[in-house]
Amino acid sequence: MNEGYLILSDGSIFKGKIFGYPKMTYGEVVFNTSMTGYQEILTDPSYRGQIVIQTYPMIGNYGINDLISESNKIQVAGYVVRHHEKIPSHITSEITIDEFLKREKIIGISDLDTRSVVKKIRSKGVMNGVIYKGLDPEEGIKFLESVPSYDSLDLAEGVSNKESLNIKYGKSSKNSLYKIAVIDCGVKENILKLLNKRNCEIEIFSSNFDLEKLKKYNPDGILISPGPGDPKNMEYLVEKITNLTNDYPMFGICLGHQILARSFGANTFKLKFGHRGGNQPVKDLISGKVYITAQNHGYAVEAKGISNDLEITHVNLNDETVSGIKHKKLPIMGIQYHSEASPGPYDNEYIFDEFINLINSKKDNN
Amino acid sequence: MKVLVLGSGPIVIGQAAEFDYAGTQACRSLKEEGIKTILLNSNPATIMTDMDIADVVYIEPMTVSTIEKIIKNEKPDALLPTLGGQTGLNLAMELHKENIYEKYNLKLLGSPIDTIEKAEDREGFKELMKSIEEPVPTSAVAETVQESKEIALSIGLPVVVRPAYTLGGTGGGMADTLEELEKIAESGIKSSPINQILIEKSLVGWKEIEFEVMRDSNDNCITVCNMENIDPMGVHTGDSIVVAPSQTLTDKEYQMLRSSSLKIIRHLGVEGGCNVQFAIKPNDSAEQNVKDDYYVIEVNPRVSRSSALASKATGYPIARVAAKIAIGKTLDQIDNAITKKTKAVFEPALDYCVVKIPRWPFDKFIYGDRTLGTQMKATGEVMSIDRTFKTAFLKAIRGLEITGKSLFWEDEQWATNQLNQKEFYKPTDERLWALLYALRNGIDIDYINKITGIDYWFLNAFKSIIDKEKTIKELKLDKENLLDYKKSGFSDKMISTLLNMKEEEVRDYRKDKNIIPVYKMVDTCAAEFEAITPYFYSTYEQENEAISMEGNKAAVFGSGPIRIGQGIEFDYCSVHAAWALNDINYKSIMINSNPETVSTDFDTSDRLYFEPLDFESVADIIDNENLNSDTKTIVQFGGQTAINLSSQINLNKYDILGSPVNSINTASDRGLFEKFLKTIDVPNPPGFTASDEEEAKNIAVKLGYPVLVRPSFVLGGRAMDIAYKESELDSLLKDAFQAGEGRPVLIDKYILGTEIEVDAVCDGKDVFIPGIMEHIEKAGVHSGDSMAVYPPISLSDDHINKIIDYTTKIALNLNVKGLLNIQYVIDQKTQEVLVLEVNPRASRTIPFISKVTNIPMVNIAVKVMAGKLLSSLGYSGGLNKNKDLFAIKAPVFSMSKLTGVDTTLGPEMKSTGEVMGIDKEFNKAMYKALISSGMAIPDKGTVLVSIADRDKSDFEKIVLELNEKGFSLLATEGTADFIKNLGIEVNSIPKVFTGTHPNVVDVINHGLVDVVINTVTGESEMIKDGFDIRRAAAEKNIPCFTSLDGAYSAILSVNSKKFEYNVSPLSKYIEDSDGSNK
Repeated sequence: MNEGYLILSDGSIFKGKIFGYPKMTYGEVVFNTSMTGYQEILTDPSYRGQIVIQTYPMIGNYGINDLISESNKIQVAGYVVRHHEKIPSHITSEITIDEFLKREKIIGISDLDTRSVVKKIRSKGVMNGVIYKGLDPEEGIKFLESVPSYDSLDLAEGVSNKESLNIKYGKSSKNSLYKIAVIDCGVKENILKLLNKRNCEIEIFSSNFDLEKLKKYNPDGILISPGPGDPKNMEYLVEKITNLTNDYPMFGICLGHQILARSFGANTFKLKFGHRGGNQPVKDLISGKVYITAQNHGYAVEAKGISNDLEITHVNLNDETVSGIKHKKLPIMGIQYHSEASPGPYDNEYIFDEFINLINSKKDNN
Repeated sequence: MKVLVLGSGPIVIGQAAEFDYAGTQACRSLKEEGIKTILLNSNPATIMTDMDIADVVYIEPMTVSTIEKIIKNEKPDALLPTLGGQTGLNLAMELHKENIYEKYNLKLLGSPIDTIEKAEDREGFKELMKSIEEPVPTSAVAETVQESKEIALSIGLPVVVRPAYTLGGTGGGMADTLEELEKIAESGIKSSPINQILIEKSLVGWKEIEFEVMRDSNDNCITVCNMENIDPMGVHTGDSIVVAPSQTLTDKEYQMLRSSSLKIIRHLGVEGGCNVQFAIKPNDSAEQNVKDDYYVIEVNPRVSRSSALASKATGYPIARVAAKIAIGKTLDQIDNAITKKTKAVFEPALDYCVVKIPRWPFDKFIYGDRTLGTQMKATGEVMSIDRTFKTAFLKAIRGLEITGKSLFWEDEQWATNQLNQKEFYKPTDERLWALLYALRNGIDIDYINKITGIDYWFLNAFKSIIDKEKTIKELKLDKENLLDYKKSGFSDKMISTLLNMKEEEVRDYRKDKNIIPVYKMVDTCAAEFEAITPYFYSTYEQENEAISMEGNKAAVFGSGPIRIGQGIEFDYCSVHAAWALNDINYKSIMINSNPETVSTDFDTSDRLYFEPLDFESVADIIDNENLNSDTKTIVQFGGQTAINLSSQINLNKYDILGSPVNSINTASDRGLFEKFLKTIDVPNPPGFTASDEEEAKNIAVKLGYPVLVRPSFVLGGRAMDIAYKESELDSLLKDAFQAGEGRPVLIDKYILGTEIEVDAVCDGKDVFIPGIMEHIEKAGVHSGDSMAVYPPISLSDDHINKIIDYTTKIALNLNVKGLLNIQYVIDQKTQEVLVLEVNPRASRTIPFISKVTNIPMVNIAVKVMAGKLLSSLGYSGGLNKNKDLFAIKAPVFSMSKLTGVDTTLGPEMKSTGEVMGIDKEFNKAMYKALISSGMAIPDKGTVLVSIADRDKSDFEKIVLELNEKGFSLLATEGTADFIKNLGIEVNSIPKVFTGTHPNVVDVINHGLVDVVINTVTGESEMIKDGFDIRRAAAEKNIPCFTSLDGAYSAILSVNSKKFEYNVSPLSKYIEDSDGSNK
């Protein structure tokens, strides 16, 4: 009755049951290994254009509550789970995951061997896929031939929802100590909450912001947010950032970190299947300590192309890729992981304090 | 660097095989680092005490005095106690009190003393939590009952009583009223070695969550796993059904508790593993005012039962990593043993669900108090893995192996009108089935949730299983339906029961339609990285990851959850079987469902299938492996569990390696066995089968009393007892007919005499006996509960020759290939050697006899089973020359934890574990065994005696010996008269039923008694009195002898005021003893 397919561009066919909204949808197929936090994942703008597989097999146990979304809507293109819970149990639960996907018109597929799909992606690398309701696998295989490559898309442009975010988090108060310009390439709301918690007043700028407007705002620091897609498609943003690096303390998270690195001449590359989950070990090369981090990225900064201005501060211990950089002289830092968690471990919230410290040191120097 | 590693001693409730797993991993892990390891453990039935696991092995009493002697011998640089459970931790504290660390410049690894003190001392822990702003439930420490009442009144009832420094919450409990509190507080204060209890606000009904945390010297912290107890707060976590990872926590709640765990381990400064338990307010929002919505309940600054479960649930080897951390390595310097590419510093991601169900001993102890509370009662546990909770849960029930208790089991006493009574849902070992019964009868989930506090999510899952169970009856079996039911976790057996078919019919149909399970890998990382772990579980999905191995291979059937009568010994055998297979170029496949064990460590076998030990699972596994080449099965090493599968395995044409099914059947079928013995002219005690009580009485008269009574289909040795006269026979017969559900009862002549136990290996040509063990107690005490000595001390050459002759005849004529175990009795009167029992499989004594004779019995057996001859392995027929040493195996009981259970020894087994005492002298070996088993008699004090009339003549020598050694005697009336008549001073003390005080129980409770000797009489009032005496002794933790032979040996072993013993490595005892076979 609800039969449908997930078909990968290498021709792999997985039959399952369609839930959510049965609209044929394609995207780059990626997997996330977090065992909790499905709602935060669904609403993370970095997943734009992607079909997300949860490796954890039972999703939806504690239902959906609008308060814990990381943006104003479901961002994933399609959702793949082994099993979705129809009777959630939690006092905060408002609707089921099925109802959530239906409401947001997003397709989901369940009751398929998700581990097998993940193993495909792991061995062959991420690739496009399509989910649809129907009985004919040929339909999907044909459809995939006409689908553009994920790498060619600029997904961060237009992702920003700055008006409503400004209303929610932008208010200044007499307690505000810092003015932060947030370049929104697909920001998660918890980043803004954590800035607010540190007495930051926030102004949201979209990724193709007006340089003069930003300068006029005269922020104490700039945060470049995470977001979807290949940073190579965002040279316009890299250029703007290059213009600002000498004047403002900066903090780049994930895509923001890649943009920062590129603005200092470093290169970025696509990982075979990315890092997505809440259990990634990152070593701080300065302190020698290891932190468990939440990550969600398909691209990374190339170590060998890093210029003399930058130093590598963090590496991912799973594959030794660059996980953090800082500028040797300027108050600029970037991390490839999500210090804002949500979902994921809270171990790295201190990075926001380090950003504040950068701002303070700049203030002191002035 | 040399490190002294502490094991955990004998298996008791609350401290089981998980510490053999932890200790074995730790020793191997340290070896990898080039560290020399010295191990102390009194438990011979462990892999860790094998001579090749640690560099030096001491099987000696686990005391400060032993450790000091070892330090002098071996000069270790450091001590690692945190892998030896509470025993290890307590010893670490005692060593500190005696200044041993300073005296010998010994470094303490793992957790600093200060940390152990903080975590173990309730008050200190509370202070620490407050100082780091972690919420703890309101509580206060009491040292008297009065204090505890005052505290309870100030924080409000109900309250929980937790004794300090005890295992599995011994002596604790929950009190709803002041009267209840009085009782529990008193027992709690007694149980605590520092006489301290914590009175705590009750959080009954809150969700219970555990985190397993690791920390290294560089302050790197990770959580390995979290677990959610389905039974909410109020039931000990060891007695709870547990699921991993947590199922009902939001990410915010999960991370909140995770952060708290890390904060706690950092402040405690633990270097290694640590377990943190939380209570979280059910159904509350994490977003609003979270601060007081959870409490920290307990922290164990060591590897625990939960960490063994977490290791098996995730694939992350906690003990291995903890050992490396202890010697200073940091998490980022340790490899992930599973992926071999990533590091130990990461948090495992699961792509499956794990369910643990405890295994309780109440199928054996039918009179025990089945209520579950803060005191742990389970002896073992079963774990299962599948892709969803429901399927994993159904698999776990299959793994429990409780006779008759499938998902559908219902107590005959249950009635639907009980379903609206709260009492029906109280936590017991049977609550799970009670819940299913309620759901089956339409009881509302809201109602059950309100009474039990079990989260809706789990109740909904149970309900959907019941719904599925109901709909199947309306279905016609077709491919689609069957696939649906298999995907929902229903076993062939369940489906066949519901559809009135035979299990084989369902199986054949299923295989015909190609509905077969696939196997998925446990890889710590949810398939993110390629792993080479050979660790699998079954599920009904698309891709099979366990591709059949090439070449010769054999599947070892493990022994499942630990229960009374089937303990760690069989895991020892299974592990050695897997290793032996590799010696002869077989690939080893392990099938087991017990997460506590070494056998389920992912690197013990070439392949591990973590699956229930029922026919469906093992047959599916063999089918899966058979694709490339044939798979043999090995049923000899997994105790009764594996043996029970042999008929069905054989019937379905799977190949059994070793003794054929016929030998097994002949040995276990009473009629066939008698016939067999007749044909080979080996005598056994006369006996007959009775179909009613009248016939039974006639048989008893014919045979002459005493007689042994037992049901013909023995349910775990139940209802087996000795009647000395007709008045005793009545009640025994009633029990036996009831237990056998009306089936015939066996009446055997009970032969009083010396019991002998023999393990042997047979290749079809020769029968090799490594050694003979003699029981200290006369026959009538279950062999698992008797003390046994190697070599025998009272046998004549004639006896020994008879034993060799009979053993050889039986083994050859029964066509045994591999191991067999025979129990003999030497009739006290006729001096005749009689066969009591033959088991063509590995026995409980295999680890013991292998260790003391240094003959690897399992290894030899496996090679023989595969076709090698004993002669080619360097062994010949007959009895191996005795070693010049004495080794005594003594049982250990967990009686203080099982209220309502009689501690008297009889034909039904009651012990949970064993220890070994080894020395050159018999008395010293005995003394060591008694110290290790907690039965050592002090060198002075008061002995309370109450002896059955029939035992009084045997009792005389004991009285004389006690008097000689200067003990004071207290005795019940009849016994006192008997002693007075011997001209020895004694104080008479009233029995309980007389109504006068102080009575026998009062003097025990007031600490006026150091040792109890009590033998059982058959009369009911006397039984009750003796029962009270024995229970009081068990709860007081003082030695209580119910067998005069045991008591006499114990008294003799105290042969001077200041008894000193020396310790030696096991290898030294072996080297020094002259006889060696090879």
